[in-house]
Amino acid sequence: MNMAHKQGTVDEGMSVWKKLLSQREIGVFFALVIMVALVTVFSEGGTFMTGSNIINILQSVSTNGIIAIGMTFVILTGGIDLSVGSTLALSGAFAALTYNSTGSSGLAFLVCLATGLVVGLFNGIMVARFNVPPFIQTLVTMTAARGITFIVTNGTPVGRVGAFITFFGRGTLLGVPVPIVLMLLAFVVGWFLLTQTTLGRYTYAIGGSEECTKLSGVNVPYYKALAYVIAGLTASIGSLILIARLNSAQPSMGDKFEMDAIAAVVIGGTSLAGGSGTIIGTFIGTLILGVLMNGMNMLGVDSFAQYVVKGGVILFAVLLETRKKGR
Amino acid sequence: MPHAAGLPPRERRKAGMNDTILRMEHISKSYPGVRALDDVSFELRRGEVHALLGENGAGKSTLVKILSGVVERDSGDILIDGAPAAIADVNSARACGVSIIHQELNLVVGMNAAENIFLGREPKLFGNVIDKKTMYHRAGELMDMLGFSMDLKKPVINFSVATRQMVEIAKALSLNANILIMDEPTAPLTGVEIRDLFDLIRSLKARGISIIYISHRLEEIPEICDRATVLRDGRYIGTDDVKNLDRATIITMMAGRVLKDLFPKTEVPIGETLFEVKGLRTPLLKDVSFSVKRGEIVALTGLIGAGRTETARAIFGIDPIQAGKLFISGREVAIRSPAEAIRNGIGFLTEDRKDQGFVPLMSVKENITLPNLKPLQKSTVVSSRREKAVVNKHVADLRIKTPSTKQSVKFLSGGNQQKVVLAKWLNLDPDIIIMDEPTRGIDVGAKAEIYTIMGEIARRGKAVVMISSEMEEVIAIADRAVVLFEGKVTGEVRRRDFNQELLMHYAMGG
Repeated sequence: MNMAHKQGTVDEGMSVWKKLLSQREIGVFFALVIMVALVTVFSEGGTFMTGSNIINILQSVSTNGIIAIGMTFVILTGGIDLSVGSTLALSGAFAALTYNSTGSSGLAFLVCLATGLVVGLFNGIMVARFNVPPFIQTLVTMTAARGITFIVTNGTPVGRVGAFITFFGRGTLLGVPVPIVLMLLAFVVGWFLLTQTTLGRYTYAIGGSEECTKLSGVNVPYYKALAYVIAGLTASIGSLILIARLNSAQPSMGDKFEMDAIAAVVIGGTSLAGGSGTIIGTFIGTLILGVLMNGMNMLGVDSFAQYVVKGGVILFAVLLETRKKGR
Repeated sequence: MPHAAGLPPRERRKAGMNDTILRMEHISKSYPGVRALDDVSFELRRGEVHALLGENGAGKSTLVKILSGVVERDSGDILIDGAPAAIADVNSARACGVSIIHQELNLVVGMNAAENIFLGREPKLFGNVIDKKTMYHRAGELMDMLGFSMDLKKPVINFSVATRQMVEIAKALSLNANILIMDEPTAPLTGVEIRDLFDLIRSLKARGISIIYISHRLEEIPEICDRATVLRDGRYIGTDDVKNLDRATIITMMAGRVLKDLFPKTEVPIGETLFEVKGLRTPLLKDVSFSVKRGEIVALTGLIGAGRTETARAIFGIDPIQAGKLFISGREVAIRSPAEAIRNGIGFLTEDRKDQGFVPLMSVKENITLPNLKPLQKSTVVSSRREKAVVNKHVADLRIKTPSTKQSVKFLSGGNQQKVVLAKWLNLDPDIIIMDEPTRGIDVGAKAEIYTIMGEIARRGKAVVMISSEMEEVIAIADRAVVLFEGKVTGEVRRRDFNQELLMHYAMGG
């Protein structure tokens, strides 16, 4: 009893910061702070740390941030989802087609989310029930979903998505652009699911030891499939923002988005082996990518060179991770 | 004696002294917070099999890791043939003739035996082309010399653990090893394979190769070893000829306490039948029937491969069954998954802790509550206050030593990891608990604690099924033993009729 009491006070005694951020997250967080400081100092006339630029950055990362949340779930189970970019395109295409044939933007909205859900469910069932390796399964979906997108759109953009959907890309809430609100909300929901619910607990457990989790009576295929469903759903939410901003669905949109999402997750410290990582890390990872791209634009870095720098940052993040493991 | 080390080997042999090939003197090694080895000395003679004994954490592995160049020592000397040996890493240790056969074998399973043996040292033609003809020829010679017959061109993934072990031994000998370290070589082997391994060890010995033999199976020691050195808590306790050491003496040296304290048995009144298995059949089980009463500990025993773990897996709904019925309190139950088994009040502590027992990256807290989060939930949210209370109770009850309940289980000692797994099942409060090798690989002190906990479970009127290959454990702890052989029950023995010969008789097929 005495001992138990003592343990309680130790846990309670931790500062809010420590509770919120793990050691690894603190490292990533400082990387972000340093980057912000550097860009602020070197950008001309203090244009970087202005309200409008910050909004600009947040808005530019909103789609990737939302997709990266779903990606975090999948990677935590020890899997990977390469199909999110194609899922995004397919969801958008179906939404735009629905609006054009029915004139109902609300229905288009539902079709968009349903598409992501169904694609995610397909991936999840194939991976969890039929044991197709996630890399292969989602590669298949990535290819096929893109193909279907081109078929249903005849390879041309589908115009107009209606007022209900455009609100998600162009509207504001209390002066804040809706995509940003949506992203922040999605991160809070993701954080809540992962840290406060059994779903989150099982997601980590499956990535940590699938066998042990199964033997503990957990319905592993169900929770594993659910991760892919969440990934599909976040891809379609990302799609909403994009088609709303463009007021059309481009069949080629979302290309290579899976790579940016994986990059954000990995930079945020989530292990590709599964079982460890956090949603807060992914949020910081998303911001790092956003600040990096925005900062390089402000500093006038050549757009081709930007790719090289981005690659370098991802490599650096992974090296930090492997060094930590080596110790 | 002290100046003997200074003489060249030939001189010493002439002088008629014991032919010492290796001398490790005053070896110390500390890790942050732990003194793994404290002034330990060890001496190995040419052509002897020398047992290195001790509980987990006694320093055995650290000592052999230092010798094989995996770990650097803080201080102390290593003399081979009387001369200081420059062992800095694995390669220099090999050059000094030291090779180690790890418990987890180090083979590339997709490659064949010859490729594994010569990995990194392939015979070459024209500078860079692998000379396959020479490679297979030399591998073949090596296998002939050791009396092994195996297909050199077949990937080792097709081989049994025993055969893979032989490939490792062949590899070590191809490196001209004359000091061979074997870490728990018999742990994964079956009875016949152990015979073969012992024959091989004897022939290596006859060849003048010295072997350091680490094993937890004390019954093997008199059979295969010449001398034994015991370590405890990183300190040297003693060395003697095996013929002078009986089991009780060894255990006392290892544990620092006497034998009868090692197997505490709680006497419990035995109630009515709680759990019954009738005619269980799977591809590996032919016909398994037994029952367990409230308060009873039934040992499921037999040789490795007899079907003990398979029985547990079938009961727990992991492997599908072809025929057979399960009854709980006389009521038939159908179990098709671990989740259903748990719902029916069955718990299963697996043999393989690391892969099946706990999630290494997760905390003590998260592991304990993993199968039983429902009662801690408010709608879908896990209440951290309730969870903390539950976990703290188990940590205190089982005396789990951990800096915090947030510590990852992978950082705990084997004994404490096992206690976490136990706590996880106790938290579900199952009526029937199957424990597969509950004390394997944990030290003597923690073993005694596990037995006490098992007694406590029985006292609360639960039924315990203990799978064990340790005869001594079965005899000391079980109320009844059910002996399996090739997937069938060959005998059932009550506690008062327990004796090793009878159990062995049934284990060999009855």
